Amino acid sequence: MGFFLETLFGGLMAGMLYALIAIGFVLIFKASGVFNFAQGAMVLFAALTMARFAEWIPQWTGLHGMLVVNLLAAAVAALAMVVVAWLVERLVLRHLVNQEGITLLMATLGISYFLDGAGQLLFGSSTYKIDIGMPKDPMFVLENVFQGGLLLSREDLYAAAMAALLVLLLTLFFQKTRTGRALRAVADDHQAAQSIGIPLSRIWVIVWSVGGLVALVAGMIWGSKLGVQYSISLVALKAFPVVILGGLTSVPGAILGGLIIGVGEKLSEIYIGPMVGGGIENWFAYVLALAFLLVRPQGLFGDKIIDRV
Amino acid sequence: MFYRENGQFKTSYRSDQQIFPVAQDRIALGLLALVAFVAVPMLASDYLFRAVLVPFLILSLAAIGLNVLVGYCGQISLGTGAFMAVGAYAAYNLNARIEGMPLLLSLIGGGLFAMAFGVLFGIPSLRIRGLYLAVATLAAQFFVDWFTNRVPWVTNRSSSGSVSVAALDLFGIPMDTPARRYLLCLALLVLLGLMAKNLVRGAIGREWMAMRDMDVAAAVIGIRPVYAKLSAFAVSSFIVGVAGALWGFVHLGAWEPAAFGIDKSFQLLFMVIIGGLGSIVGAVFGAAFIVLLPLLLNYVPHWLGLPLSTGTAAFLEHMIFGALIVFFLIVEPHGLAALWSTARQKLRLWPFPH
Amino acid sequence: MRRIGEVILDIRNISLRFGGVKALSDISFDVREHEVRAIIGPNGAGKSSMLNCINGVYQPQEGSITFRGRTFRHMNSRQVAEMGVARTFQNLALFKGMSVLDNIMTGRNLKMKSGLLAQALHWGPAAREEMAQREFVERIIDFLEIQPYRKTPVGRLPYGLQKRVDLGRALAMEPQVLLLDEPMAGMNVEEKQDMSRFILDVNDEFGTTIVLIEHDMGVVMDISDRVVVLDYGRKIGDGTPDAVRGNEEVVRAYLGTEH
Repeated sequence: MGFFLETLFGGLMAGMLYALIAIGFVLIFKASGVFNFAQGAMVLFAALTMARFAEWIPQWTGLHGMLVVNLLAAAVAALAMVVVAWLVERLVLRHLVNQEGITLLMATLGISYFLDGAGQLLFGSSTYKIDIGMPKDPMFVLENVFQGGLLLSREDLYAAAMAALLVLLLTLFFQKTRTGRALRAVADDHQAAQSIGIPLSRIWVIVWSVGGLVALVAGMIWGSKLGVQYSISLVALKAFPVVILGGLTSVPGAILGGLIIGVGEKLSEIYIGPMVGGGIENWFAYVLALAFLLVRPQGLFGDKIIDRV
Repeated sequence: MFYRENGQFKTSYRSDQQIFPVAQDRIALGLLALVAFVAVPMLASDYLFRAVLVPFLILSLAAIGLNVLVGYCGQISLGTGAFMAVGAYAAYNLNARIEGMPLLLSLIGGGLFAMAFGVLFGIPSLRIRGLYLAVATLAAQFFVDWFTNRVPWVTNRSSSGSVSVAALDLFGIPMDTPARRYLLCLALLVLLGLMAKNLVRGAIGREWMAMRDMDVAAAVIGIRPVYAKLSAFAVSSFIVGVAGALWGFVHLGAWEPAAFGIDKSFQLLFMVIIGGLGSIVGAVFGAAFIVLLPLLLNYVPHWLGLPLSTGTAAFLEHMIFGALIVFFLIVEPHGLAALWSTARQKLRLWPFPH
Repeated sequence: MRRIGEVILDIRNISLRFGGVKALSDISFDVREHEVRAIIGPNGAGKSSMLNCINGVYQPQEGSITFRGRTFRHMNSRQVAEMGVARTFQNLALFKGMSVLDNIMTGRNLKMKSGLLAQALHWGPAAREEMAQREFVERIIDFLEIQPYRKTPVGRLPYGLQKRVDLGRALAMEPQVLLLDEPMAGMNVEEKQDMSRFILDVNDEFGTTIVLIEHDMGVVMDISDRVVVLDYGRKIGDGTPDAVRGNEEVVRAYLGTEH
């Protein structure tokens, strides 16, 4: 039982990491209607920028305090993501305004390849560290209930807290600020928003920047836990099943979807895995998404898709 | 001046329906066939065969298969690598487990297994479309990745997880020289390519394009969406499966599941986009481009005296591919095939500008 | 003189709702073989929805449709096509990526029987079938006078010609009943005359029953045998053009009431 709970917790934590990536994806889809295949690449790019600058800043400026260095590196990375967002809007989105979803999807596929290559060209392709001071030691809880206690990762708990904070900030941003309201207007109806004077291209830059910043947070947490390496962008592909489960337009859905997939993966790996030689984690998320698509295409919280003739 | 249709009147529907109605095209094609079937085997180096020509031919075949699905029928697929893998492993098992199995039958058998697999994974397309279908095809990709890695039966219980194919022979002629392998691939490409071209020009091709362009109207005409979509998956997967079997047997010789991973799927999709969606000859252009670009990136800087490390070249390749995808999607969604077609239009008027 | 036959299509008590919106309420009318039946009414009256129900695009919640004595609660698009009902669309549902010839050839789809493999090899019977269908389609192209455009992608044609291609595709199905959804929308006087001529020729030469949605009252009065009037999803008139023209409710619906 104790082992089950540990696995469950591990799954929840893993799921939350997926959810972090998925949130960025949902934001971009909600406000620009683009299925952003490059979200994973953006996570990687942001993490790489931060990791490398965290190395270089002490070398270049002699500053050594962990907080200062990390803040500066994060700031540089955030700026880089805004630049990326601006470039994407200028060079890609602007020219593909009325195209169908498939075209935009393939364009983001191209962007993802470009970012992958650019990131590795600029920053190198080894594994890099991000150290934001997350505690690496495990903790034991409920020692009086279970013998030896349950082994939980303190780092994961901190990460969960950060994710919760992020979601809170995003919710406040969307509900309370003027820009947030404008974004919601654009998400609802591009043309109507334009007709009341909301500048579409600037909105898109903002949206993609926010998506980029969320990618940075996800990248920081992932990178701190696993190290920053190319394989992040592959794992990030799992964000797609997550949003399918949760609904392409729902942030709570992304979180719930992430948790379901995280837990589902872990549990099926531990309990069914040994029977079939392991490795179920590689496809569980996708097959689950596929099953969902056949039964409930709009996901748990998404909007129902109506076809009009 | 030279490229004119003047005086080439068609007096029957049959002659109007030819694949190459313009006489100059037929002459050019004849010359190309002569070069491809006769000159190249005599003149090309082993390296050229192995590193450039054979992969180009096989990838062209796979790209034609994928184009049938994505370009003609409008069903997006990110799992093409998986279909190639099914073809390759099925062909391998047929070859390894059945004594004296002829090569062609193994290859075709691989295609048939891939076809069955394709129809199975095509079933979701009846309910979901577009972006959602893309994610569903990822399920196929990762599932097959896992299956070929973990299920020992697939690899004939090989201890290393990789399989290899012994010497090939076609009707008793050993396929040992690169030239012969090249001719085998070329023959299969021409044969299956022609069949694909016939299909897309005929009734089923029109059904596919109708589904792509407007499926509601297609239903009202009496086209059955189920049949149209599944037949697209079936034909596409068959061709891709044969290509996969060729890739394993002829190009790689020995392989492991990673050879058919998601990178291959993306590579094929890029070929189809850059070459031109909905064009058989475009698929070939796209394959040529994708095969040549890494070589160019390796050699051109070398000649210019600025050698790039292989790592850097690989990253640049990624960036160039990504940029080109976006470029083509914005500027010429019908890819290189459309550029070629425009060039020919201009050629018709040459030397006049318009 | 057209010989108008028995009832071929019988619409009974059709009601159609989309969520809270009632598109059609208890619509009943019949269509006789070989006649030209017009459906008229202000915008939003539910005319296209009615055709969509006949075609199986929408499934009505209530009512039934009887075609040649066979009654259906729900129509299945393919079945309807097989039974010989063809249609054009208000917003043109042409296959933009294909040429005129190919678009019309898709209408022959139900008649083409060759299997996949035969088509792939372009072998004997498959090749002959393709040629035979091509000949049939060429006759339609002649009839509609669009020969110069046969290889042009339909997306490039002007609107009036696209409408003709839409009609050609429907005609290619050799239908017994032809449903035309505003075939003259957006046309000038000449184009309307051409289109009227085509429609009447089809009705005369092939005896095709025509059900026609149209806004141009002149055309409707000229070419139809009987007229159904819809307003806000209800039937408010049914009869010969003259009878309907005098109907007060119809006049009110079109011209509005005096205040």
